[in-house]
Amino acid sequence: MQKSLLLGVEAIGQAAIDAGISGVYAYPGTPSTEITEYIQNNKLANSRKIHHEWSTNEKTALEEALGMSYAGKRAMACMKHVGLNAAADIFMNMAITGVNGGLVVTVADDPSQHSSQNEQDSRFYGKFAMIPVFEPSNQQEAYDMTYAAFAFSEKTGLPVMMRIPTRLAHSRSGVIQQPVMPENNLHFPENPIQFILLPAYGRKLYQSLIDKQDWMVELSEESTYNNYFEGKDKSLGIVCCGIAYNYLMENYPDNNCPYPVVKIGQYPLPKKMLKRLEQQCDELFIAEEGFPLVEEMLSDFFEKGTKVSGRLNGALPRRGELNPDHLAKALGKEKVQPTSSPNILVGRPPSLCAGCGHKDTYEALNEIIAEVGTGRVFSDIGCYTLGALPPFNTINTCVDMGASITMAKGAADAGLTPVFAIIGDSTFTHSGITGLLDCVVEKTNINIIIVDNEAVAMTGGQSSAAKGRIEKICEGVGVDPTHIRLFVPLKKNHDEIVSVIREEMTFNGVSVIIGRRECVQRIAKLKKLNRTNKEV
Amino acid sequence: MKTDIILAGVGGQGILSIAASLGAAALNENYYLKQAETHGMSQRGGEVVSHLRIADHPIWSDLIPSGKADLILSVEPMESLRYLSYLSPKGSIVTNTAKFVNITGYPDLDHTFEELSEKVNIVRIDADQIAKDSGNPKASNMVMLGAASPFIAIHEDIIIKGIESIFKSKGEQIVEMNVKAFHAGKAFTLAKK
Repeated sequence: MQKSLLLGVEAIGQAAIDAGISGVYAYPGTPSTEITEYIQNNKLANSRKIHHEWSTNEKTALEEALGMSYAGKRAMACMKHVGLNAAADIFMNMAITGVNGGLVVTVADDPSQHSSQNEQDSRFYGKFAMIPVFEPSNQQEAYDMTYAAFAFSEKTGLPVMMRIPTRLAHSRSGVIQQPVMPENNLHFPENPIQFILLPAYGRKLYQSLIDKQDWMVELSEESTYNNYFEGKDKSLGIVCCGIAYNYLMENYPDNNCPYPVVKIGQYPLPKKMLKRLEQQCDELFIAEEGFPLVEEMLSDFFEKGTKVSGRLNGALPRRGELNPDHLAKALGKEKVQPTSSPNILVGRPPSLCAGCGHKDTYEALNEIIAEVGTGRVFSDIGCYTLGALPPFNTINTCVDMGASITMAKGAADAGLTPVFAIIGDSTFTHSGITGLLDCVVEKTNINIIIVDNEAVAMTGGQSSAAKGRIEKICEGVGVDPTHIRLFVPLKKNHDEIVSVIREEMTFNGVSVIIGRRECVQRIAKLKKLNRTNKEV
Repeated sequence: MKTDIILAGVGGQGILSIAASLGAAALNENYYLKQAETHGMSQRGGEVVSHLRIADHPIWSDLIPSGKADLILSVEPMESLRYLSYLSPKGSIVTNTAKFVNITGYPDLDHTFEELSEKVNIVRIDADQIAKDSGNPKASNMVMLGAASPFIAIHEDIIIKGIESIFKSKGEQIVEMNVKAFHAGKAFTLAKK
């Protein structure tokens, strides 16, 4: 069988196409971005006209996906772990409505925070919403589970979460595909109240979600993704979730792990399988990529029973992604003493690209900050977050998408003046507009600098929903047009930028200052794309 | 057979073209392969590393355990030293000598390399210059792949097939230039041996 070399995220994109989805809905976010990009560039997906445009944020994406499911077709929504926070409202409630067409929510977690503010574990959301979660351990499983997840979603009537960590998302391996399925036909839900969460209906629908839970556990017991591997040495029983299983087996290259092992790939947890392990073994060791979710569930609160070790008792590190060395150490395997790197090496923190307009904006803003004092620049999520690092050291906050404007408003409400918010064009359309409306309603004394590079730059230059209309959006929200100012972030405009910011700073009210110049990476990307298209 | 390679460089230097060529080669031969990459924030001029594992048997971990890498292949000298803890005592280092200086306080590494060369097999090659000399300054990464090829347990012809399949969409001329760069890099290492 022909194998394709695919990243974990690409395997998921391919599987969704092959499973007959009619739409993918997403907002870019590392490490999930390439799932949607893969579908956008796929021939079959394009010939089928599978919906693949970026959504404004994860909440709109997930709601749109649920709408497609309502209409009877299969849909997938993709996001990074913190994106699910933005979509938590719809996520929790669609567990109660359930689905019509198969619906898969793929969430890419980022343990070790390679490109994220935190390393939250999405399996908790799955448990919270009481829906099934699939957690693959390799690229082939990522494909197979995604392919099967749509049918599973239709069989159970519930959305299914696919949970992958960075290390699987961005690792490549050979993947064998399955036959391409046709898309679903349009069809209405059988139950006319299924999607009406009026309290009276909502209570009934929630009860039916609760009633399905025992069945979900049964399905987990039977699942081919949950496995019990026998072992002779019963002094220890091991539970491995997702890719943690690979790190265990890396330490037993001849597949000769002496201990019984349960490999988990589907939640809710298979209770009987784990009970059997506990009964057979003296102690349990839990390895999971993420928070100690399973460990906490199996841990013996009153310390009267089986000892459970893992991340909570220090057998494994409390935070960060796992690797084979962690498992080797926890299992007392001997290791060669590795060569250490010379201590003269210096780190290379990421930095703004040569020619990036954000540099010009920060240089101008720094001149103003030198006059009015530091501690008043509220920033956001994007390339411009690098303004926190030398040589700029401009920004004082970066918390979650959109929090620049709203936190600056809160600080202004507290009496801090002047305050600045710095937010990118795509982050502004993602979650900034509502905060701006708060400012307009209350006539807050705030200076909002929107650094518009016409792209979602940090994730690879995807198109921004702002599409050059930011000033119109701000005007529509109610900002006084005389206090919507534009500049071009270029070195030669330095004095002009400084004076625009200074003028608006003296105005007691909402000012929006837009610096617009296209992302240099996006220009290069589009050029390359044009060249390739010409050649073809 | 197995070769575990740490590929190192700076975001934007294109270490993934090396990984892609070897990946295509491995796939053509039905070898097993896992290759973990760095995406996201670090791609903006930060340090990037890729774990590339090729074997004739299934591979478990996407990450190479410490002390198990057969080769550190680095397109930048300081980056070649950042992941030494992964290198097997019997492993080798192949590194470009052309520095990528986007930071202050770039250390003098000559002494470090001299000391290290007493313990480990090191090939230091000015791949940028050799690429220029062979007529394509952009093919420096293929020079590096050529220089590393004697330490990779895949036959040269198969790697070249991999290079061909990666660059084929860009035309025959580009393929030829990259294969030429590969040979120039390989010749450099063989002359040293």
